[in-house]
Amino acid sequence: MAHPNLKNSSVIERITGRAIPLPENDVDTDRIIPARYLKFITFEGLGAYAFYDERFDEQGKPKPHPFNDPTYLGATILLAGANFGCGSSREHAPQALYRAGIRAILAPSFAEIFAGNSTAIGMPTVMVSPLHLETLITLVTQNPSTDIRIDLKYKTLSTSSGWTCPVDMNEGYRKAFLEGSWDTTAVLLANLDSIHKKAAALPSLW
Amino acid sequence: MTLLEKVWELHKVATLPNGQDQLFIALHLVHEVTSPQAFQMIEERGLPVLFPERTFATSDHIVPTDSKARPFSDPLAEEMMAALERNVKKHGIKAFFPGSGYQGIVHVIGPELGLTRPGITIACGDSHTSSHGAFGALGFGVGTTQIRDILATGTMALSKPKVRRIEVTGILPKGVYAKDIIMTIIARLGVNGGLGYAYEYAESAIQALGMEERLTICNMSIEGGARVGYVEPDEKTIQYLRGRPFAPKNIDEVAPYWLSFRSDPNTSYDDVVKIEGNTLEPMVSWGINPGQAIPVSGRIPSPKDLPPTERDTAEKAYSHMKVTPGEPIEGKKIDVAFIGSCTNGRMIDLREAARIVKGRKKAPHVRAYVVPGSEQVDAQARKEGLDIIFRDAGFEWRSAGCSMCLAMNPDRLQGEEICASSSNRNFIGRQGSPKGRTLLMSPAMVAAAALAGEVVDIRKWEI
Repeated sequence: MAHPNLKNSSVIERITGRAIPLPENDVDTDRIIPARYLKFITFEGLGAYAFYDERFDEQGKPKPHPFNDPTYLGATILLAGANFGCGSSREHAPQALYRAGIRAILAPSFAEIFAGNSTAIGMPTVMVSPLHLETLITLVTQNPSTDIRIDLKYKTLSTSSGWTCPVDMNEGYRKAFLEGSWDTTAVLLANLDSIHKKAAALPSLW
Repeated sequence: MTLLEKVWELHKVATLPNGQDQLFIALHLVHEVTSPQAFQMIEERGLPVLFPERTFATSDHIVPTDSKARPFSDPLAEEMMAALERNVKKHGIKAFFPGSGYQGIVHVIGPELGLTRPGITIACGDSHTSSHGAFGALGFGVGTTQIRDILATGTMALSKPKVRRIEVTGILPKGVYAKDIIMTIIARLGVNGGLGYAYEYAESAIQALGMEERLTICNMSIEGGARVGYVEPDEKTIQYLRGRPFAPKNIDEVAPYWLSFRSDPNTSYDDVVKIEGNTLEPMVSWGINPGQAIPVSGRIPSPKDLPPTERDTAEKAYSHMKVTPGEPIEGKKIDVAFIGSCTNGRMIDLREAARIVKGRKKAPHVRAYVVPGSEQVDAQARKEGLDIIFRDAGFEWRSAGCSMCLAMNPDRLQGEEICASSSNRNFIGRQGSPKGRTLLMSPAMVAAAALAGEVVDIRKWEI
């Protein structure tokens, strides 16, 4: 039962595009977006601040960083290390990456809150083995124009050069993308009666 | 069943088509930084806040700690504060703002007000919501889009985590605190060791802790990768909640229900880890994530001592922290000392730090700050004269907020300053300067470092 004010989100079965490598483990959300750029009441414009302190020095001059490298301009798939997005729950981190053009992240593992936040905005967090990630990074570094195709339905990845590997994903998130239900408000509100029953059955707070 | 499974089943509304569970959120805590976009989203969709009576707000991240006079000197902070004020008024949400006597860091005020309690689900747009597990609740840190869902539906979509029981046995030696237990756990299991798990903290060394210390442990679960951490409720839990502003008046009638939230004696766990409490030492972080921490008697590890997957991060840490493998952490000079945060900004933390500081002076080159976790903590500490003890020692006594833990207000490190900090994260840039450096430790160790001007081993002090 659809809520009159809500429409379902789009189905996301595959993500294609060029990749940008950032192969470091335990990249935290303070690095993805420093706290001083959280002081906005909208998410608009956050793309400019992705990895800000790693991309710019104190005078605002660019430093060497994949996100400053014209080679990777227009890339849509981020190749990241294990436990990507650990630390603060700030959704500003995936929002900043999305607004910087990223549409999917590939990494051996993700911090849970980050993965949930990314899913909620329609940016799949896709797991790949460390070994395959290494190969992929080599491929992309040697030939940045390599196109990558991630197929969520079949859990596979293939490159324009013909290399393939399996990928994995939290099954609930994967289904949400395939069903187009990753924007969860409508899905949750479909159970409005059960929600009210549950609320009535539980102790009130005060 | 584990406590997690019991609370989960109690709050489960439905299984969603994608296989995740829809979980009812009994208490939703809201603050100024992660909520404005969520309110905007529900308004754009024409949806009301479904359970305003289960939603509570405060301001903590951006509030200045020197003067709370409005408008705040930072126009962006003022805009965020004003947005929250508008949103709570519009949606009929109870809020505790500066001057109310109840304002403070959201994870300090939840328990203080008696809103946090055993057997409930709690969500907040802040990763340290895991703190509330100290009461046998399940606290979930969430992002802004999930805040939207909770505002609009009172529920959220979640996958049930596995449970790892962490048994801390024995008795903690003198000078070793709750902070050292959790820092040891993170150092041993890694910052990603808890991915997919909830942490159940148990056994004698945990049971011996008071509620404020259990909050410190559960608070940093997320630093170990575990979104949720909890301790089974006991008599201390009941005693803590007795008489709190929002706690039930008939607490003795409610107590058996609350105490029923325990893991069954013969239940099976996905993993069990044992830690010998007697062997623990004061911990100090040396690197750029909370897992890069060593006992104060230890030396900074060499890459060859570390698993291959940790070497790159270690190299980055040596370079950022300007430390050398093999160097002892004891004796490391500090520039700033910070006592506060949702990890260690409560009465027990301030009392213990004050006990060390009393009658002494901070090192002349050190800037030292005490930031109480809430207005209630501030008031109680002043009543006990703790503010005077710290001021006499040359510390600045500030008013409640998150302050230098994440430096969204004017309290921040400058340049390459090194800060001995009772907070929870030593990430690059965390304390407001991209080149700033953080050494995490217990509040007692921070107090001692402020006096000595360098990292010291609190166990060697006559206190």
